[in-house]
Amino acid sequence: MNVKPFISLCFVNIWLGAAAMAQGFAGLGGDAEGFALPQRGYVFDFPADHGPHPEFRIEWWYLTANLRDADGVAYGLQWTLFRSALEPVERPGWDSPQLWLAHAAVTTPTGHHVAERRARGGIGQAGVKAAPFEAWIDDWHMQGPSLDKLALRASGTDFSYQMQLEAKGPLVLHGDGGYSQKSASGRASYYYSQPFFDIAGTLTLPQGDIAVTGHAWMDREWASQPLGASQVSWDWFSMAFDGGDRLMGFTLRDTEGGAYTAATWIDTEGGATAFADGAFRAEPLATSTVAGRQIPTLWRAQLPEKGVDVTVEALNADAWMATSIPYWEGPVTIRGSHAGRGYLEMTGY
Amino acid sequence: MTRPGLMALMSHWRRNPWQLATLIAGLALATALWCGVQAINAEARASYQRASDILASGDLEQMRKRDGTTISTDEYVSLRRMGWQVSPVLEGNFTVGGQTVRMIGIEPMTMPRPVGFENTENTIEDASRLRVHPDDLAIFANIDVEVQGDAGRSPGTALGDISTVQQVLEAPDQITRLIVDPIQPVGLPPLPDQYVVEGRTGQNDVARLTRSFHLNLTAFGLLSFAVGLFIVYGAVGLAFEQRRGVFRTLRAMGMPLRQLMILLALELGVFALVAGGLGVALGYFIAAALLPDVAATLRGLYGADISGHLRLRPSWWLSGLGMALAGTGVAAVAALIKLARMPLLSFNHPRAMSMHALASGRWLAGVAMLLLAAGVVMSIWGQGLIAGFSLLACLLLGAAFCLPLFLALTLEGAGRLSKGVLAQWFWADSRQQLPGLSMALMALLLAMAANIGVSTMVSSFRLTFTGYLDQRLSSELYLRLATPQEANVIVADLAARGVTVLPIMSVDARIAGLPAEIYGLRDDATYRENWPVLHSVPDVWDRLAAGEGALINEQLARRNDLHPGDMLATGDRILGVYSDYGNSEGQVIIAEAAFSQRYPQKQATHFGLRTNDPVGLAADLRARYGLTGEALIDQKQLKAFSLSVFERTFSVTSALNLLTLSVAGLAILISLLTLATLRLPQLAPVWALGLTRRHLAFLEVLRALCLALVTGIFAIPLGLALAWVLLAVVNVEAFGWQLPMFLFPAEYLQLGALTLLAALLAAVWPAIRLARTPPDKLLRVFSNER
Amino acid sequence: MLKIDHLSKRYVTGAEPVEVLTDVSFEMAAGETLALEGESGSGKSTLLHLVGGLDQVSGGRIVVDGTDITDLPDHKTAQLRRETIGLIFQQFNLIPSLTVASNIAFHARLSGRHDPEWSAYLAEKIGLHEHLDKYPEAISGGQQQRVAIARSLAARPRLLLADEPTGNLDEATADQVLGLMLESATEAGTAILMVTHSTRQAARMQRRLTLSRGRVQGVPAQAAVS
Repeated sequence: MNVKPFISLCFVNIWLGAAAMAQGFAGLGGDAEGFALPQRGYVFDFPADHGPHPEFRIEWWYLTANLRDADGVAYGLQWTLFRSALEPVERPGWDSPQLWLAHAAVTTPTGHHVAERRARGGIGQAGVKAAPFEAWIDDWHMQGPSLDKLALRASGTDFSYQMQLEAKGPLVLHGDGGYSQKSASGRASYYYSQPFFDIAGTLTLPQGDIAVTGHAWMDREWASQPLGASQVSWDWFSMAFDGGDRLMGFTLRDTEGGAYTAATWIDTEGGATAFADGAFRAEPLATSTVAGRQIPTLWRAQLPEKGVDVTVEALNADAWMATSIPYWEGPVTIRGSHAGRGYLEMTGY
Repeated sequence: MTRPGLMALMSHWRRNPWQLATLIAGLALATALWCGVQAINAEARASYQRASDILASGDLEQMRKRDGTTISTDEYVSLRRMGWQVSPVLEGNFTVGGQTVRMIGIEPMTMPRPVGFENTENTIEDASRLRVHPDDLAIFANIDVEVQGDAGRSPGTALGDISTVQQVLEAPDQITRLIVDPIQPVGLPPLPDQYVVEGRTGQNDVARLTRSFHLNLTAFGLLSFAVGLFIVYGAVGLAFEQRRGVFRTLRAMGMPLRQLMILLALELGVFALVAGGLGVALGYFIAAALLPDVAATLRGLYGADISGHLRLRPSWWLSGLGMALAGTGVAAVAALIKLARMPLLSFNHPRAMSMHALASGRWLAGVAMLLLAAGVVMSIWGQGLIAGFSLLACLLLGAAFCLPLFLALTLEGAGRLSKGVLAQWFWADSRQQLPGLSMALMALLLAMAANIGVSTMVSSFRLTFTGYLDQRLSSELYLRLATPQEANVIVADLAARGVTVLPIMSVDARIAGLPAEIYGLRDDATYRENWPVLHSVPDVWDRLAAGEGALINEQLARRNDLHPGDMLATGDRILGVYSDYGNSEGQVIIAEAAFSQRYPQKQATHFGLRTNDPVGLAADLRARYGLTGEALIDQKQLKAFSLSVFERTFSVTSALNLLTLSVAGLAILISLLTLATLRLPQLAPVWALGLTRRHLAFLEVLRALCLALVTGIFAIPLGLALAWVLLAVVNVEAFGWQLPMFLFPAEYLQLGALTLLAALLAAVWPAIRLARTPPDKLLRVFSNER
Repeated sequence: MLKIDHLSKRYVTGAEPVEVLTDVSFEMAAGETLALEGESGSGKSTLLHLVGGLDQVSGGRIVVDGTDITDLPDHKTAQLRRETIGLIFQQFNLIPSLTVASNIAFHARLSGRHDPEWSAYLAEKIGLHEHLDKYPEAISGGQQQRVAIARSLAARPRLLLADEPTGNLDEATADQVLGLMLESATEAGTAILMVTHSTRQAARMQRRLTLSRGRVQGVPAQAAVS
């Protein structure tokens, strides 16, 4: 899920005047400048590692959910908190070098509602605490006694939601025990997920309150230099199959047209199998015009080693995140060798 | 045919280079005037925009503590955690070695939109750097912050991240105010009572009034456009008139009319571009010369962040070129139509246009009546600023079109009244010259009317505003304290010293759905004597003190069509209406007792102090209670400050006045020079009959002065009408309040003298040329020989 | 009335001065009419302009009605034109901004010798009494020249200088206009010096003088005085 570092680093440039994308990449490709680097063999310490790691440049708490109301209508929900550090330390007060950005969205078959929040660290406007778990920015929060049981809230100009989450399975470490490689040359991040949330709550939309239930997937990732200078865009898939298995796969494409892929197969018990570059493949089948761009909203995704050959189709092609750094993120429907639902994120289009 | 045709057309200019020069100069100057005013306007607007984003006078609402104290970080965070989308701003003055810099600290992450740091080349590191004008860099030499010189910033101001500014001002944990993001989430909980959201136009009376200054510049832009258009029209029209002979010859030689017209259009297009380009360059210099004054004015008004640096904005240089092309185009169409209708064979000497000044004057006057009627319709039925400006345009053009008829009638009357043969000839001849001069005279009329109008507006503005300050800020000192407790201590102390303390208490309310403030006023001679009441019931102050009703401001009265005697939504009877310049919100004043009864929780923290020794008292209060900044304001200083702002406005206005008149003077010069050749057949017989050339030249100057004088007399009522429209229509449409109009006869006389001077200067050179015309040139008129 | 004595006139236009009149001498008596003939460029008009004080002489003297005008300042020659001399040119004699009536009266009023009856008589005589309120541009060329004659004579000048006054008119009109001029001049006691191309018209004058290349032809200077 390499999408996010780009976003999270770029957002510090927003108020400086919308830095060019290329500039953002140049920043990402640079050296670590005193920031810590992920090490293979790191042993996670929970719940402490649910909290922030200011010595790393970027970090996020990223929740997506596939929901249905009583009539069976499908919805998607997103709640994301990004941390970006100008220096590898945290200082209390206005001088803090830690910056926070958050996105929330609700996607319906016909609509897409987006909100953004920004904050600086050090003053308490935004932050994350490991135990009891609390991640917040302004009036948005994701909090509970532990990561297994959470209350979720966000609001925008035309929507808000309140959700309850309960984890029905274990945490899943991606890559090599949570060390997730992002390029052939070895750039990497720490990456784990909680893909087994049950979620229920109320969406408040312009048409009224809607009670919904479904499942949610949380990603946790932190790193300092995860992208290569030539890597230009990415497509990230999270799939929850009807049989209870789950699949995470991403493709990083570079300027030469080459791609680096990785995937994690998660069985119903939470057992994870990581797949190296090339095992997972995704190719666009059709595009839609969204916000003046051509966005692939119908994909073919394959993981032959697990017999996966599915089409992935956006629930609503218009799930454009018109935020400071725009990208596409929305719920998808999965058909083919496996059926199910999931989330798709695309950046760099 | 094209080549020789073009050569024939061009040869005219080669032989008469000064005619070409005047044509180009006329076009260029008209463009320059328009362009210069536009440039200043665009710059002022951009600066205003920039300033308003940061400062209280802007488009965004501001949030403050009701008690006037600073906001703490925790309070800010707690508002944010409620969901309120607000962004902190810290302001303060930083003084080193007698030099003061106004510091503005912002929080870029939560700023509603990108502000200040407009440069996309910025990197992350820039955020922590303080942006200051290069001249101010030295002030920060010994301070441990990263400072970056930025020529785009105004001297005396610094913009930076709030943490940096907190550090420089040694004000950790302090926030002056919060900018309220126009985008707020749904389900927002109500604002805690200790905060108050101020309207878009901010809290500063002075700042609110500045928009009028802006309007003043806009009006000047419009007027200079009209003046310029007339000059261009005149210059192009005369360029055609001068070459009638050439056209006729070319046509007689078989050049198709179409081709001739295309050639002329091309030629004029080239001239318009060349002259327009020159004009833009000249306009840039005009603007650059005037901008420091404008910038100083605006900086004074907004307190900060106006750059005196002129940028080449496409908006104004394109409009300058457009003006040159459009003006030339309009003029060329009229001239080309004339050309198309010109009989191929006509024995008429290229006489100075038509004999029938009255006939053409009547026709124009007809058009003028239509325009004026449209203006009346617009003033009755029209609404909004556009209607106001349209009314202005109709009035100006209508009056300008009336001028030829007015002049013709005046000259005819003068001719009838005069006895001597020379005098009769003088008037008759003046009338005959009218068609040739009317464009230039219309330009002069507009220039002078514009000057009278704008001068009246600015002067009325100053008089009103200083008068208003006298009335509204009648106390010598104003005290703004943080807490009622503090207030109790200080007020007791002041009372013991015999200082009259007038509490100023207010609450925010909504009246008829719009924000308004309700004030409680203590019954005091200070108010009875000074308050600017416009209309009222009898014994208004006694009845107010008795709690029988309320006073409301003009804005509220106008907006809701309220009059003394009507009932307010608050249940109060309206006792009177007072003027409240610059305020955009409604205001209601009730007696102090009624206020305390209605809002018992309100305790005064804001006071006016009456004292004979404001300087001594202020110094004492500052020393004893540590009052700084806005906590204690000396009314005299405030007045002196606003007066200095007006002085700068005046210097800009007078400079523009002078420029407009010079351009109009040039228009007269162009017309007279052009007419000079055409007038020889009119003057030669008189010369032959026994008048010396000097005598004739003297009469020519006298004629120009007479025409300018009559035009000037006509311009005075027009200028006053213009001022009235600006003050009573445009200002009301723009801001909701009317400025009373004052007359300044001495200023008009001075302007009249300047107008005559312009006409005199314009007439002198052609007259000298006439006086020196060799006799054989005059004699050539009479014979076909040679 | 008019005495011209060894008059010469040079123009400096190019590198070389051009001598337009050389040693011209003749005299005219009061009330006398004299035709000045010659080819184009012979200096006829120049001579007339010099006599009218409209141009400066280069050598010799001109005495008009006892006044030597040779070195008079501008305002004195202007006064001479107002009070003593009448001028009629080939075209554009009239002041376009004034009516026919005002044009006729103009010179007389300027000289302070306005006699409304005499002016009315002249207007009647030249047959323009119906056009008195019109402006010059509204009447024909012949009518304009007749107005010019009436205007010149209305001031009762001692000397009328006419420079091809009928040059732009057809023969019949020219004859008529000239007749009017001669008749009226006789009544006013005015001497006429007229430049003309036309032998027919010259023949109607009392005397004829021919200029050739700036010199008086045929008749010796002295003989011209008779």
